[in-house]
Amino acid sequence: MNLLLCGVNHKTAPVALREKLAGLIPDAAHAYDHLKSWPEVSESLLYTTCNRVEVMCVSEAPDEAAARVREFFARHPEIAPGDLDESFYVHRDREAVQHFFRVAASLDSMVVGEPQILGQVKQAYREATAHHATGPILNRLVHKAFSVAKRVRGETGIGDHAVSVSYAAVAMAKKIFGDLAGKNILLLGAGEMAELALEHLKGQGAGKITVANRTLARGVALARRFHGEAVSLEELPEQLLFADILISSTGAGDILITRDQIKTVMRRRKQRPLFLIDIAVPRDLDPAINDLDNVYLYNIDDLNEVVQQGWQRRRHEATKAERLVAAETLKFLHWLETLEVFPTIIALKDKAEAICRAELKKTLNQLAPITPEQRQALEVLTASVTQKLLHDPIIFLKRNRRPRNPHQELDLVRRLFNLDPDRNSGDPEKD
Amino acid sequence: MRLSGWTASPSEDLRVEHNDMNSLFLYLTLFAYFGATGLWLAYFLAQREGYYRAGVWVMAGGLACHTLALIPRAWAAGALPAATFGEALLLFAWALVAAFLVLIWRYPIKILGALVAPLAALMVSGTLILPARQGTVSPLLKGFWLTVHICLTLTGYAALALAGLGGILYLIQERQIKSKRFGFFHRRLPSLSQLDNLNYWCLTIGFPLLTGGIISGSLYAQHTQGRFFSWDPKEILTLIAWLIYAVLLHERLTVGWRGRRAALLAICGFLVLVVTFVGANLWLTGYHSFSSFIQAP
Repeated sequence: MNLLLCGVNHKTAPVALREKLAGLIPDAAHAYDHLKSWPEVSESLLYTTCNRVEVMCVSEAPDEAAARVREFFARHPEIAPGDLDESFYVHRDREAVQHFFRVAASLDSMVVGEPQILGQVKQAYREATAHHATGPILNRLVHKAFSVAKRVRGETGIGDHAVSVSYAAVAMAKKIFGDLAGKNILLLGAGEMAELALEHLKGQGAGKITVANRTLARGVALARRFHGEAVSLEELPEQLLFADILISSTGAGDILITRDQIKTVMRRRKQRPLFLIDIAVPRDLDPAINDLDNVYLYNIDDLNEVVQQGWQRRRHEATKAERLVAAETLKFLHWLETLEVFPTIIALKDKAEAICRAELKKTLNQLAPITPEQRQALEVLTASVTQKLLHDPIIFLKRNRRPRNPHQELDLVRRLFNLDPDRNSGDPEKD
Repeated sequence: MRLSGWTASPSEDLRVEHNDMNSLFLYLTLFAYFGATGLWLAYFLAQREGYYRAGVWVMAGGLACHTLALIPRAWAAGALPAATFGEALLLFAWALVAAFLVLIWRYPIKILGALVAPLAALMVSGTLILPARQGTVSPLLKGFWLTVHICLTLTGYAALALAGLGGILYLIQERQIKSKRFGFFHRRLPSLSQLDNLNYWCLTIGFPLLTGGIISGSLYAQHTQGRFFSWDPKEILTLIAWLIYAVLLHERLTVGWRGRRAALLAICGFLVLVVTFVGANLWLTGYHSFSSFIQAP
């Protein structure tokens, strides 16, 4: 039995192709009907995110199964036959497990460490179980993947570092204020980035939101969206007294707030810290403001620098996470191997039992009539002889697994005890 | 230099026997403080919560041993054992660790432990290295008001030392945020507001304690020496430190000084206290220095 993972992701396929393929999944029932109808596939799990469309399955005939999945993908009316040549990948066994763990732990994502992917995989798994598509192997694999993802999140700092300007602003605010709950925000001008930052800050429990805009109408509209209050630009100096965080992104050509203004404000604020974020180009705030005590001024370049460092940190943490994934992959494969041993053990026991029964029958026919007690004693005797004889081979199968070539011993035992008669029968004549 | 715990020569009123148990607890304390140092440094580097929690338990265990080492000494001396520099260090280390454990229960500034634990460990080592008391303690050192004086001053010192150590962390973090160069420390240090709150909290507790210590000391001096203030180096330096903290507290409360300036002043005050405690005892002489507390046997 083999594990098989095939599909396309953001590294191999352009978004146009991924979109089309993702269109296959909304009708999960239909997709699983297909997957389950193939005799080669015993368990399957199908998941899509904006960056990937992948099928994980358990199969006795992996080549045929992979071809089936590819055919299934190519069935989409808008996909040309050549589209999948470059982008379709097939991972087997170790690679499949590792790939799946990496996906769940967000190591294979476009934004490494982004937290949404785990939820998407969970959702896909729920659908798969609803359609009874998974079995003991995939169930265990998926649960392991969840615990790997949890460990990666907990033991490495992969999700801790801001990788967008708006998150960088939140991260810096946290380093200054600690807790953002109840911190008042003043928005100067409006813009996409400013609104994004505002949204993140609001998500952290920020307090009152005030919007100061040149055109009041636009300010009012924005304020309404964030349940804030709109003021005119003339009120700015007053408003600075109450704000903790100022996000400035006006289209003004020159400096709106000078160092002296802030200096006066700080005295009146009794030096309560002030975090100024200037994402306007050209800048709205005098760069010299940063020299003042308890005032922290960040412009767009500074925030980009934070983002750059965030990427670096994430990459660094990702290498730690990869080690963890590799170790967990080995553990899972080991479990899978022990699973492979069981059919052989059962075959061994069955064969021994069959021999016992046949020999016992022969002996009983030759013997004079015996009492039931004597008969039972004979049965116990034969059973315990075979049991003792098989004990060591079974232990050998369970324990002495060579990681390099796990099938070698399994094969040896099967041949030694002639568990696959049709395969072995021709061998002696060949020698 | 002797590394054994302490061996006081027996005298009439202070019969202190060489006590194995006693020095055993002292070594256990030292071991625990060094252990906590290691754990907290590991926490600082690896940022694993488990290391920090283990450090707290080890530190608390160390404090318990420390207490057990102090009790027989105080019992034998009939007063707080603060007659030699070594003894005073041991008492101060105890106060610092206790103050820190109280602090992190209230304000979990975990990284401060990586500074406090080695400091405590060094002070306990100092006690073990410094020569033990030879001779009898001046009767001046026994008395209720003197015990009050020592308790208040040392706990005040401990709180203010934490403010000073917190100030160092504040300056590092503030530098990183202002200069926008985020190094090794940026991720590992707490936010500025947490560090500033630490400064305020330690100051509002340490300053009244130090004030009380100075007042009780001068009252005791008036009672025994006939004067409140003797222009002794230790007294002058303490007064300077007190003035620094008074200015800081006043400015904090009236015009809202905080952040960098508060951190700088807290560090200044802490340095003056270090000079008072170490310098005035080792290099300067006065009636208040430890050499004058011991009468030759």
